[in-house]
Amino acid sequence: MSPRRADTGGRIDRLKTIRFTFDGAAYTGHAGDTLASALLAKGVTLYGRSFKYHRPRGLLTAGVEEPNALVTVLKGEVREPNIPATMVEIHDGLVAISQNRFPSLAWDINAVNQLGGKILSAGFYYKTFMGPVIGPLKGTRFWMFCEHFIRRAAGLGSAGSAKDPARYERMNAFCDVLVVGSGPAGLMAAKAAADQGARVMLADLEPRFGGSANWSGETIDGAPAADWARRAVAQLEGRDNVRLLPRTTVWGYYDNNTLAALERVSDHKEQPGKGEPRHRYWAIRARSVVLATGAFERPLVFPGNDRPGVMLAHAAERYANEFGVLPGERIAVFTNNDSAYRAAVALKKAGAAVVAIADVRPEPSAEMLKLAAEAEAEIFAGHAVVATEGGNALTGLKLQRFDMANGSLTGDARSIHADCLLMSGGWSPTIHLASQAGAKAEWNAARQAFLPPKPTQQWPTQHWIGAGAFTGSFSTTEAIAEGRAAGLAAAGGTSTPAALPTVEAVPGDPDPAPVFEIRAKGKSFVDFQHDVTAEDVRLAHREGFVSVEHLKRYTTLGMATDQGKSSNVPGLAIMAEALGKPIPEVGTTRFRPPFAPVSIGSLAAERLGDLKPERLTPMHDWHLANGATMYSAGLWYRPMIYGHAGETVEQAYVREAKATRESAGIVDVSTLGKIAVQGPDAAAFLDRVYTNMFSTLAVGKARYGLMLREDGLAFDDGTTWRLGEQDFLMTTTTANAGKVMQHLEYFLDVIWPELKVHVTSVTDEWAGAAIGGPKARQILASCVTGTSVDNATLPFMGIVHGEISGVPVMICRLSFSGEMAFEVYSGAGHGTHVWEALIEAGKPFGLVTYGLEALGTMRIEKGHVTGAEIDGRTTARDLHLDWMLSKKKPFIGSAMMDREGLIASDRLELVGLIALDNRPLNGGAHIVEQLDEANPHGSIGHITACCYSPALGKHIALALVKGGKARHGTRANVSDPLRNRFGPVEIVSNHFFDPDGSRMHG
Amino acid sequence: MLITCPYCGPRDVVEFTYQGDGNRERPDPASQNFEAWNAYVYDRLNPAGDHNEIWQHSGGCRAHLRVVRNTLTHEILSVAFMRSTHTSTARRKAEDKS
Repeated sequence: MSPRRADTGGRIDRLKTIRFTFDGAAYTGHAGDTLASALLAKGVTLYGRSFKYHRPRGLLTAGVEEPNALVTVLKGEVREPNIPATMVEIHDGLVAISQNRFPSLAWDINAVNQLGGKILSAGFYYKTFMGPVIGPLKGTRFWMFCEHFIRRAAGLGSAGSAKDPARYERMNAFCDVLVVGSGPAGLMAAKAAADQGARVMLADLEPRFGGSANWSGETIDGAPAADWARRAVAQLEGRDNVRLLPRTTVWGYYDNNTLAALERVSDHKEQPGKGEPRHRYWAIRARSVVLATGAFERPLVFPGNDRPGVMLAHAAERYANEFGVLPGERIAVFTNNDSAYRAAVALKKAGAAVVAIADVRPEPSAEMLKLAAEAEAEIFAGHAVVATEGGNALTGLKLQRFDMANGSLTGDARSIHADCLLMSGGWSPTIHLASQAGAKAEWNAARQAFLPPKPTQQWPTQHWIGAGAFTGSFSTTEAIAEGRAAGLAAAGGTSTPAALPTVEAVPGDPDPAPVFEIRAKGKSFVDFQHDVTAEDVRLAHREGFVSVEHLKRYTTLGMATDQGKSSNVPGLAIMAEALGKPIPEVGTTRFRPPFAPVSIGSLAAERLGDLKPERLTPMHDWHLANGATMYSAGLWYRPMIYGHAGETVEQAYVREAKATRESAGIVDVSTLGKIAVQGPDAAAFLDRVYTNMFSTLAVGKARYGLMLREDGLAFDDGTTWRLGEQDFLMTTTTANAGKVMQHLEYFLDVIWPELKVHVTSVTDEWAGAAIGGPKARQILASCVTGTSVDNATLPFMGIVHGEISGVPVMICRLSFSGEMAFEVYSGAGHGTHVWEALIEAGKPFGLVTYGLEALGTMRIEKGHVTGAEIDGRTTARDLHLDWMLSKKKPFIGSAMMDREGLIASDRLELVGLIALDNRPLNGGAHIVEQLDEANPHGSIGHITACCYSPALGKHIALALVKGGKARHGTRANVSDPLRNRFGPVEIVSNHFFDPDGSRMHG
Repeated sequence: MLITCPYCGPRDVVEFTYQGDGNRERPDPASQNFEAWNAYVYDRLNPAGDHNEIWQHSGGCRAHLRVVRNTLTHEILSVAFMRSTHTSTARRKAEDKS
């Protein structure tokens, strides 16, 4: 007596066996199975434990709305939790595990929570996590300690911590008509639109197109509906104006008909194909959209409606017809509408016994009685299920006479022996996407459902047309007609009469009886995934939560990963009854994206992994070939160190920095932002952009410049070279290159359009090498031709043009390292050639290559600022750069920089720190006056950059400290509780090394 | 959201950078009127309806555009170059193409 695979039937391939594991046990299934159908075929009834009470749960549905059977899929170390087993296609090697159970699914220790149901009611967290306000535990952390265990007991699957190695892609697509949903309505719409010559995209979240045609058992044009659908899909497949997207969930509907979809490209495969992503994120721009998303069947709310073996009627029908699986041998049906009768007939045909049909309606139609007879089922009109029995699987249920008019139960309960109970509480159209697009749903009393509004009420910028069950038209005949009309309208065609496919279907009234709940003793679940019962909804009402939005938040109804796909309307109906108002007056909440969970990886897509863009300097390959360890700086890759065998990072940078100060070092500076600023007004423009003067700069000279933001805070610094009267080359920091460019463009376009200036980003056109140290000039003298590099020809901040190894170069004498230093620029294509020539020329002089670590070390020794200090909060004064603030002219930021708060005496100012305990300092560590390790407080600033200084033989740092300059020569402490680093420091000037600049001026 | 760049044509909003409220007036650079500077740097209109905005087509021609957008419906009512010289260049280009 358990679910089993039928001998025939279903759209699975019985010749293909697939092996997988669930909770460590090996199972087999067939091609075309989902994890749910394959396990059900093996007699599995228990799939998960419920969120709060840890009740055993089975399959409620067969599709995306499944609230109970959530599993975690393991791929190596990577775990993906909370996937409905109904949406997992099995493949060889699939490993899935159940969730929220300990120690095992069948025997779960927290199932004891079921006994505490009164305590774990709505608002449990709000009421519980207040902490004791009296007694011995008052004010202690005891409650936080308890919270840990309570939170662990409630929950879903847990996320893993392993890095996801899968590849994700983003695709932009454009079409005339996007059809969402591939049931009969969607297929007809796609065909009609394609016939008009429109570019059509058809997306369905299932692997098989056809929607209900795959399991309805109906006949279309004389063939089984599934075959009709397959032929329709084959015809669409052959057309070059149609793109089919199976396994694709359209999850978001945004402005201007932009829709977001997730295609699960290779989840169903053991290994993705070469270059194939796991998921593909589609951004689809559609001229018009046909929503043919169907409807979700609703559960009925009655005691024990969550017991494994109780499932939605259509789900059982689908398991039987589409997967060839019987969810039980002795099946009972409980319904408030006609659609469940068709399911009863289908299961009878598939080989199960239908023992009873309980219908809340006193007089089912003659047609339904005929169907009941066909299913050989005993019919109980005007009856309701009041209890279910069994543990991890259903064994039976109890029926009682039910009066629809007042909800009363009378007479003796009658027991029925059954291993599967199908329930149907009517249908709710899947209006999520329309709701996202701004459509206000309208309550339809006949259908007992929220329907999308008629087209006249559409949001002005959205252009969707509905078709089929989405609009509340639940019959296939209507779906076909509406689908064709929608497709034609979407493609801009006019509706012409045409012969439509004929449908032979089981009769049925689409309108259910307005019955949502059977009130009897026991837990009746509304939201299965969040364990919200009908009583919780009423409790929320009693406690004053009368707005539907408050109800939702207080009870968490509809807030689980299924977003209330099956629970929203029953929950509202129960709330409406408690309030004594009609359902439309209680209102519904608006649906928001995503329709179904979306992988974060797909949203990041090209920003991760091998699709992430990279910026490489012209000398990149040389660095790799010469032992550089690379470091990513934004999109750039830069050498961190050129380590020797056996060297630590610190040993390497100390060696590099030391050698540079002793003889000479060379570093790749190609990443610096470079902007050509040209035109008759270029000098005047720079005077406005920089705090200091540039119009007075002589041609052939460079000057260090500082930019402020409009609000008076420091923005960026760099040198700008005057190459001609109207021709400047501006350099920016690597990180700010884009921002500075945008800043300049903004002012030229928006503020000063009268200025005749053109700015061009030339970062990638130039390769740059900075060579510095006592021997730097000798090295250049030995390899530069066409110009002298002596002090007279090339003074500090001078620029000369010459050649190195036959390549034209531009050399500017400026220094970041504090040494006599030069920046050598050549065309990017010659970068490596010039670099190699410099290396060769430097050999006799002991020239070393150095990376970012040594660069940083030397700049800290010199007290130069970078982005760590120009952090968007500091002013020029804070950084002791006020000598650069010209008083002769206004500049960007000059009007705002003297505001009270920006000139206060207790601002954080740049200082140097020396560790007095001779131990390394940490970036980000706080500075305090008095050390208190147990209770760290009283921060007077923080470290922005730190290193071991080979020039000083000490651990030093730059820091921003309150009233910093006044503290020079005093002591303070670093307080870094996260890294447990405490100790004394001396506050000194940020110019640690060669403060007079005698080395760089030579 | 689509913005029709007068130079590049209709493009997705991801190609553009929002550069803020287009109603702000920058005081004269030498002005010491602190109230005016404060208003320019910090005050922004935030209407529910048509809004005069500045957008840069940063992923395209990089021109700054004056865009009138309805903040309720995201309807773009008009797009024009901020800098008039762009307009003439674009017009010439458009004429060349036709």
